[in-house]
Amino acid sequence: MEWQIPEGLKFTRRHEWIREEGDNTVRVGVTDYAQDKLGSIVFVELPEIGRKLRAGQSMAVIESVKAVADTYSPVDGTVVEVNEALPDQPELLNQDPYGEGWMVRLQTAEGCEKVELLDPGAYAGWIRQQEEEGEQ
Amino acid sequence: MRKTQKLLFESGRPGRRGVSLPALDVSARPLEELLPQAFRRQLPLGLPELSEPEVVRHYTALSTRNHGVDSGFYPLGSCTMKYNPKVNEEAAALPGFALVHPCQEDETVQGILELLYEAEQYLKEITGMDRITFQPVAGAHGELTGLMMIQAYHRWHGQNRDKVLVPDSAHGTNPATAAMAGFEVIQVPSDQRGLVDLAALKEALGPDTAALMLTNPNTLGLFEEDILEIAAAVHAAGGLLYYDGANLNAVMGYARPGDMGFDVVHLNLHKTFATPHGGGGPGSGTVGVKEKLAPFLPLPLVERGEAGFYLDHDRPQSIGRVHSFHGNFGVVVKAYTYLRMMGADGLKQASADAVLNANYLMHRLKPIFHLPYDRVCKHEFVLSAREQKKMGAGAGDIAKALLDFGFHPPTVYFPLVVTEALMVEPTETESRETLDSFAEAMAEIARLVREDPERVKEAPHTTVVGRLDEARAVRQLRVRWSKEEA
Repeated sequence: MEWQIPEGLKFTRRHEWIREEGDNTVRVGVTDYAQDKLGSIVFVELPEIGRKLRAGQSMAVIESVKAVADTYSPVDGTVVEVNEALPDQPELLNQDPYGEGWMVRLQTAEGCEKVELLDPGAYAGWIRQQEEEGEQ
Repeated sequence: MRKTQKLLFESGRPGRRGVSLPALDVSARPLEELLPQAFRRQLPLGLPELSEPEVVRHYTALSTRNHGVDSGFYPLGSCTMKYNPKVNEEAAALPGFALVHPCQEDETVQGILELLYEAEQYLKEITGMDRITFQPVAGAHGELTGLMMIQAYHRWHGQNRDKVLVPDSAHGTNPATAAMAGFEVIQVPSDQRGLVDLAALKEALGPDTAALMLTNPNTLGLFEEDILEIAAAVHAAGGLLYYDGANLNAVMGYARPGDMGFDVVHLNLHKTFATPHGGGGPGSGTVGVKEKLAPFLPLPLVERGEAGFYLDHDRPQSIGRVHSFHGNFGVVVKAYTYLRMMGADGLKQASADAVLNANYLMHRLKPIFHLPYDRVCKHEFVLSAREQKKMGAGAGDIAKALLDFGFHPPTVYFPLVVTEALMVEPTETESRETLDSFAEAMAEIARLVREDPERVKEAPHTTVVGRLDEARAVRQLRVRWSKEEA
C-alpha cells in the first residue's frame, strides 16, 4: 500500500505534518497514512484560538469509526487559526489530509522548541518500519 | 419481511386509545381554573395514539430484531457476555425486594440491608478488598468513583498528585475516566510480551503520580506476571494502584486484586456476576477499596449494629454520593443470587472453564488468523486480521460477515496495540459445539476473503438490515423523530 508524502513538508513520528508558512507560523495536520489507519473520521475536536501549546503536547482529538486518537503539537506555539470547516465536515481529513483537511495554524518563535521532525524520505522509512513491526 | 419497523408515531390513528376510562364521578373543573395560562403548553403533546394490540405487536416485532445472549453466541471481548441465569430475575422480582421504597426506615428493610451487607462480605472475599460501595451504576462510573477517592486520599495527605498512568492496551474508559476526574493521562507502552513495559513504567513514575490504572489479565487476555513488582514500584513512588475489574472473570478464586497490591477495584456485576447488560442493563460498577481508602467511600454504607443493620451516614471524609440511594439495587440482588447459586467452588469452576474455552477457541483459530501474542491466554484472546486486510477485507468486514452465520461479532479494532484486532471472549457458559461452529464460521469467512473479498466487504447479506454507513450515522446523528421532518 502506498501513502502520499508530499515534498516540502516535515513529519513527526506520530504522523503529523507541519508546513512553515514564512510568517513565523506553521500549519499542522495529520498525514495520509494516519487518516488511512484511522478509517472514516467522524469527529474532530480542535484547540481554542490563543491556546499556548508545548512541543509534544496534545493539540486536538480525532475520532474515527475505529478509534479515538490524540494529535500532538510538533512545536512550541500559540494557536492563531483552526480549520473551522472540520467540525462540520470531518471527512475532509480523509479526503484531503494535506489540503482542505489541515487542522491548526500556530504562531511560533525563532528557534523555538520542536519535536524531532523528519523529511519526506525519512518519514517514508518510518512508515515502512511501522508496517514491518506490525508484521511481527 | 418488512425491512424497517414503523415507529409508534407513524402507526395508529388520531383518537385511538388502549384503555377506556370510566366516567368522572366528581364534577369536572375547567383547566383554566387549575393551571394559569403561563404554565400550560401551547402545542398539543403529539403522543402516539394506538390500541393495545398495536403496541404489543410493535414491541414484539422489535424484540425479534435483537441479538442477545439468550438468542446466540456473543463473544464480545472485554464484555463477558455470559448467560444470565433466570433464577436471578426471579429473586430480584420478589415483592420484598421489588416493592420497597428507598426512603423506608432502616428497621422496615432489614432484609434488604442484610443482603447488601452479605453481598459486600462475599465480594470482599473475592477481591481481597476491605470495603465495598454498590452506588456506581456502570463500569466507567465505578472508575470515576475510584479515581475521585484516590484524589481525595492524596489531598487528605496534603499531596496534589495530578498524573494517572494508563497502559497503551487499556480499556478506553481508563484514560477517559482519568481525564474526566481532572488528571493528566500518561500512557505506558506494552513490551514484546504484550505486558506492561516495566522499565518504561518506572521511568514514568514520579512524585506527581496519583495512580496506575491496570486490568489484569489485560485486554490481550494475558496475565500481568510482573504485577507484584509493578505494585511495589507504584507504591514506592507514592501512587495507588487501580484495578479495572472488567476481566475479573478470568481469575475468580485463583487470584485476588487485593493480594496483587491493588488499592481500589471496580467490578462489573453485569459482566462477571451474570446480571444482564448490553442494552439490557441496568448495570453496576461496584467499587471495593483497601482500609486506607475506606473513609472516602460514597455514603451511606451498610453497618451491622446491636439492633440490626443500619445505614451509616456519619462519614465525614466521604466523597459524597455518586448516585441516588444504593445504585441499582436490583442488580445487586441478581449478583447475590448468582453468588449463592454458584458457591465458592462454582465461581472457581466458572473462571477455569472461561479460560479453557478461550484457549480451546484460540487454538482452533490460530491456524486461520494471525495470533500476535501466542501464549496461553486467560479468558480472552486477540487475533489480527492483517493478512485478510491485505486481501481486501479487514476486521470490521469479518465482524459483519459473522452476522450472516448468526453470531454476534467479537470486539474489533481494540485493543489498539494490535492492528486489525479481533478480540474474542467466549465465556464459560458456551458448549464445545458452539465454539466449534463459531470456529467453522470464522474459517469459512477466511476462505471467502481469499476467494471473494468484495462479497465480504458487503456483508451482512442475510440480516434484516444490510451494511450500515457507520461514519454517516455518527456525522449526521439523528435520533429524534419529528412530525415536521417525517
